[in-house]
Amino acid sequence: MRYREALNEALREEMARDENVLLLGEDIGVFNGAFKVTAGLLEEFGDKRVRDTPISENTIVGMGVGAAMIGLRPVVELMTINFSLLAMDQIVNHAATIRYMFGGQVKVPLVVRMPQGAGHQLGPTHSHSWEALFLHVPGLLVATPTTAADAKGLLKAAIRDDNPVVFIEHEYLYGQRGEVPDDEDFTVRFGVAAIRREGTDVTIVGISRMALTAARAAKTLSEAHGIEAEVIDPRTLRPLDLDTILESVRKTNRCVIVEEGWPHGGVGANLAALVQEQAFDDLDAPIQRVTGADVPMPYSKPLEQIAFPHEPQIVDAVLATIRDR
Amino acid sequence: MADNVAETAAQARLLEPDVARGWLATMMLIRRFEERAGEMYAKAKVGGFLHLAIGEEATIVGSTRALRDQDYLISTYRSHGHTLARGSDPNRVMAELFGRVDGLCNGRGGSMHMFDLEKRFMGGYGIVGGNLPLAAGFALASDYLGRDEVTLCQFGDGASNQGTFGETMNLAALWSLPVVFMITNNQFGMGTSLERHSAMTDLLRKGEGFGVPGMRCDGMDVADTYAVTTEALRIVREERRPVLVEAVTYRFRGHSMADPEEYRTKEQVDEWRKRDPLSVFGDQLVAEGILDADERARMDAETVQRVDAAVAFADASPHPSPNALYDDIYVLGDQVRGWYSVDERTPTPHRGEDERSMDDADLPQHEHAERAAPTPADDAQRDED
Repeated sequence: MRYREALNEALREEMARDENVLLLGEDIGVFNGAFKVTAGLLEEFGDKRVRDTPISENTIVGMGVGAAMIGLRPVVELMTINFSLLAMDQIVNHAATIRYMFGGQVKVPLVVRMPQGAGHQLGPTHSHSWEALFLHVPGLLVATPTTAADAKGLLKAAIRDDNPVVFIEHEYLYGQRGEVPDDEDFTVRFGVAAIRREGTDVTIVGISRMALTAARAAKTLSEAHGIEAEVIDPRTLRPLDLDTILESVRKTNRCVIVEEGWPHGGVGANLAALVQEQAFDDLDAPIQRVTGADVPMPYSKPLEQIAFPHEPQIVDAVLATIRDR
Repeated sequence: MADNVAETAAQARLLEPDVARGWLATMMLIRRFEERAGEMYAKAKVGGFLHLAIGEEATIVGSTRALRDQDYLISTYRSHGHTLARGSDPNRVMAELFGRVDGLCNGRGGSMHMFDLEKRFMGGYGIVGGNLPLAAGFALASDYLGRDEVTLCQFGDGASNQGTFGETMNLAALWSLPVVFMITNNQFGMGTSLERHSAMTDLLRKGEGFGVPGMRCDGMDVADTYAVTTEALRIVREERRPVLVEAVTYRFRGHSMADPEEYRTKEQVDEWRKRDPLSVFGDQLVAEGILDADERARMDAETVQRVDAAVAFADASPHPSPNALYDDIYVLGDQVRGWYSVDERTPTPHRGEDERSMDDADLPQHEHAERAAPTPADDAQRDED
């Protein structure tokens, strides 16, 4: 099953399970979704529950917040992560904050879905990777599913959770296939990392699509360099399963963090700080980060391709941690 | 200013002396509460910004009293009056201003962020225009759940320039949502006057292009505001479509306590003060024989006592424990088992929100923060400054 189909199945199953789940978003109904994640849902559930909205990101997220405060479980789709900036006021000042600032009187069980990622020549306003922007915000949960199974299991868990969730999909991953459990009660709990590959020489933490790129780099490292990398996909950044990462680093004594987003204030910067604070004595080499280039995403294919990480950069970063051995 | 239907309803309502006295009592409560809040701010018992609604009592009481218990009210950063008019305990509103644990929001929100779920007062919000989408969301939920409750969304003339205004008007009309949007036009967006911030100064017309019809009421007249809001709520409830109401009013005090008021003349303020909604309505009730002068004075004295009691209550309420810092960020459960699980582990691991039962004294991990944090003693110092 493809990643987008797994997401579609998660939405379908949760809508069937709980009639208070409804979908809001631009072109999610008649058009079936810009990336076809919501295909067929309008036909199945009707326009009361699958609502095409005007192009008003801040307000549709805000309506989701309001409806969630009254007891619904809205799932809002934003067409790309870049558009989420138009809704940042409602996501940060409202969704993330309301429970805390009102002394716990209400909860906001809202899911805001959005795809990120480069590689389709969509240029500087449709291609960024911004999990770090949302990771920064207390009050939000942040999911970055990589596999089809995680896409389904995490989305189902997100819809059932009583907290606001920023659910970050990836445009490249929509077409990727993977095994997905059939069980309608299959969910993936937030805050539990997946070890994609076991290894003893270096820990590679890959975020979102970069978990796949890291796994390919690990294969090359094994075959060409005899280095066995452990590849960890955190799956959710809030809550973060730091324990699994620390356990791995204590075993391998080396850590490389790979993300598609920008380097300054990124997920890797944050994670490197946490790892060195908690496991400084276990590190045999400086933590390496592999990130997207510190530029807006260019349209030109060759420029775009060098603006986000690929396998060779990860291999080089790992070798840099080993060279000191 | 109201149409004939509304005027008739208002007059009929005014014939009920208990209702009229109730309106006056609530307006008095807001006035005296706000005055005392201002004094407490000057004494540094209240921190941050303090936005008073003195002058706007008729708009607040007239509109809020048109709601039924099951309806939702949502407001702005100037919301003490709204939550009081909705029936919140003045003690808890004052305690929230004081930042104490017995405040409506346990001292988390402060003046700009009141909330009382039990009274369906769905919050004061500090982002201008940020509450409009939420109001539409409440109305969407009411419709979705098949309930006949409706929403009254309060915001100021300044908020009518925000993007959320147009977006929300369009969506509310497009989806036929049961919500009354009320612009409290107090003539200023902070220090910028209406004609300097809005090309269209007939604010009731600002929704027309989006398909939201407008009405206007005299926001200095509680009966007119009540009548027009009642009619707007009736349309919304029965016809399932949004209505915009402009309440024309004036705030007698500055935007906040930190406002030198250089943007308006004393003459203008004095002119509006002649229409003080509290004294005009009180005079009217005395003139109509609904209230005698002694009773009016007694009501006022009782209100002052009530507010004094609120101040005493607030002052006696403890500050939140340092241990409460991380409470209520998340709904804890299977996925979030305490803020500890959200990766904050420095400088020393905190035991997590799920272990709140431990004694406050047993908190070595908070020592760093506490050394830097202001204490009640600092508040006293500010008073002297």
